[in-house]
Amino acid sequence: MDTPQPILEAQDLRKSFGTLEVLQGINFSLLPQEMVFLIGPSGSGKSTLLRCFNRLEEPTGGKIIFDGVDLMSPDVNINTMRQQIGMVFQQFNLYPHLSVTKNITLALRKVSKKDSSEADEIAREMLKRVGLEEKANAHPDELSGGQQQRVAIARAMALEPKVMLFDEPTSALDPELVGSVLQVMQKLRDSGMTMVVVSHEMRFARDAADRVAFMSEGQIVEEGEPGAIFENPQQKRTQDFVSEISR
Amino acid sequence: MNTSETFSRWDLFTETFFNQRLIDEYSGAIAKGILITCEIAVLVVFTGIALGLLLAMLRSYRFLPINVFISCFVDILRSLPPLVLILLAYFGLPSIGFSMSGFLVLWLVLSLILAAFAEEIFWAGILSIRRGQWEAARSTGLGHTQTIVYVIIPQAIRMTVAPLTNRTIAITKNTALGTVIGVGEILNQASTAQSFSGNATPLMMGAIAYIVLFIPVVAIGRWIETRFAWRRI
Amino acid sequence: MEIFLDSFFNFQIMSEASPLLIRGLGTTALLCLVVIPLGLIGGLTVALMALSRSPWLRWGTIALIDFFRAVPPLVLLIFIYSGLPFADIELSPFTAVCVGFFLNNSAYYAEIYRAGIESVGVGQMEAARSTGLKKIQALVYVVLPQATRNVLPDLLSNTIEVVKLTSIASVVALQELLYSADMARSVTYNSSPIVMAAGIYLLILWPVVRMLSNLEHKVGK
Ligand SMILES: Nc1ncnc2c1ncn2[C@@H]1O[C@H](COP(=O)(O)OP(=O)(O)O)[C@@H](O)[C@H]1O
Ligand SMILES: [Mg+2]
Repeated sequence: MDTPQPILEAQDLRKSFGTLEVLQGINFSLLPQEMVFLIGPSGSGKSTLLRCFNRLEEPTGGKIIFDGVDLMSPDVNINTMRQQIGMVFQQFNLYPHLSVTKNITLALRKVSKKDSSEADEIAREMLKRVGLEEKANAHPDELSGGQQQRVAIARAMALEPKVMLFDEPTSALDPELVGSVLQVMQKLRDSGMTMVVVSHEMRFARDAADRVAFMSEGQIVEEGEPGAIFENPQQKRTQDFVSEISR
Repeated sequence: MNTSETFSRWDLFTETFFNQRLIDEYSGAIAKGILITCEIAVLVVFTGIALGLLLAMLRSYRFLPINVFISCFVDILRSLPPLVLILLAYFGLPSIGFSMSGFLVLWLVLSLILAAFAEEIFWAGILSIRRGQWEAARSTGLGHTQTIVYVIIPQAIRMTVAPLTNRTIAITKNTALGTVIGVGEILNQASTAQSFSGNATPLMMGAIAYIVLFIPVVAIGRWIETRFAWRRI
Repeated sequence: MEIFLDSFFNFQIMSEASPLLIRGLGTTALLCLVVIPLGLIGGLTVALMALSRSPWLRWGTIALIDFFRAVPPLVLLIFIYSGLPFADIELSPFTAVCVGFFLNNSAYYAEIYRAGIESVGVGQMEAARSTGLKKIQALVYVVLPQATRNVLPDLLSNTIEVVKLTSIASVVALQELLYSADMARSVTYNSSPIVMAAGIYLLILWPVVRMLSNLEHKVGK
């Protein structure tokens, strides 16, 4: 059996804001059905890397290959590509003027051009998966943070993406609400979703991740199995960071 | 001062400002003026706000030459007195081959002015929406225009309602400037009738027409302002 | 193109008209110097009346504010200038404009001050009174400075509108900037003097509008 093709790949990826070089040549690849945790100190470029993966941030150099397609090539329709790369944000970013169902169906109707009843059906199915069927007609401001984040996950899932990106999905939540979101992510993982997760939920990473990559100052310093990274880091910077967050 | 003199002064006052014969004679003209004022006002409100919204949306693409143009357009129309623009368009344009009726000039000028103010207000509203809303929408594959239409504008509208209402009312009242270029709106009908009759009654009728027309508008504006309480922090 | 330049940017005509326009500009400036302070003072007074504890005074004042906000300024001006003489009240154009502007501007400035004063929490007044300041002192030293700062962009914006509004004085033959320009236009059958007047308004107001725009976006953040 030959080695599986990566679904997402970054080659020598660079991003600068003015003179600040935030990503300094990232090489990263993600296999189908893999779950990778991205950890590292604040400001190390984790969010920027994630946002380059769907070109919310425009890279200043290097390549991103998604499912065999070069995302930087000028004749790529980035909007259809983005539908295959789901994203979940730290601040949920639900649309406050739309109901939960409409939040989920907007892109289905306007980009995938599904008719309302089909889109509503998909929304109902997704809400069932995140355990929020009864909130279909609620507005975001009637939900707790944890519920909002689960709706945001449902919104991304509804488009049947091939990869999902999570940027600190639980760090804006009260501690008692974190569990419900992690549970949904675990279920997603069990269903075989390919995921990149920026998060410092160490226990979850240990249980669920296939791989952990440690970033510092715009570079991936070290990567490996969760056990290896957390118990036996090789690099000084990784050691310092791991001992910092496990305290 | 004896009673009979008081009476005669009162009579003189009503004779001059509320002369029944003149009220009968000129109410038709004033009614026509009201109609024209309303026509222009409605046209200006629709074209002005639509154009302002369009410009604000265009501006969100952040395409430099277009943004410079929009900024200059807005600044110039906010800096110039409406009457200057009206005179310029009405008397100036014919000399380069564009003859427009007073009605058209008034509509055009007031619409452009309202568009400029509306653009500023909509743009401030668009800027007030957090970046996360753009990112969430774009990450699900919505394009720029779809994001603006379905996600950003519906949220921005809320904070634009109050300032936009006030500005719209203020600009709509400028329809009275049409009298200078012979548009037969209320003030024009009233002043014409006044100079014909040599009596202040038509002017009083015109003033009352404006008050009857605009007091409800101002009151609605006040209600909207409290309803959509929009305070700068 | 030549026709365009000749009709709108005829420098010969502009230079001939410039003494007239400069005199007009002087009148406009004088008018501003009178009506802006008058409006500010009138507006503040009316705002305080509109916030009075007596419901009669409060609602009466608000009705008056709305009344003058409903009447187009030009209608008010023409009424004062050519309607009042029928009641034996005859005013010079300058006085008529000042009276009309006073009534109109006070209503607009009053609304702004009122919003400003309401934006300052009651806690400020109470804190000031608790230190023994009289009501008027608390108002002058504590509430009004904060209120003014909170609505500075609106005050500035309204002041720009007042300066622009002075142009309607031309309709009652007050020889301010626009009147002079229009007179030059009707004599020369050429629009260049009006373009020149527009240029002067732009020169004065564009920087202020820019400043206001920056101020608004900064405060809005
Ligand atoms: N839009 C931006 N403009 C300028 N600098 C930015 C921008 N976004 C991020 N940065 C900078 O890039 C660096 C990395 O940011 P980020 O990717 O958010 O880090 P992390 O998610 O690891 O905390 C930080 O120094 C941050 O200040
Ligand atoms: Mg981050």
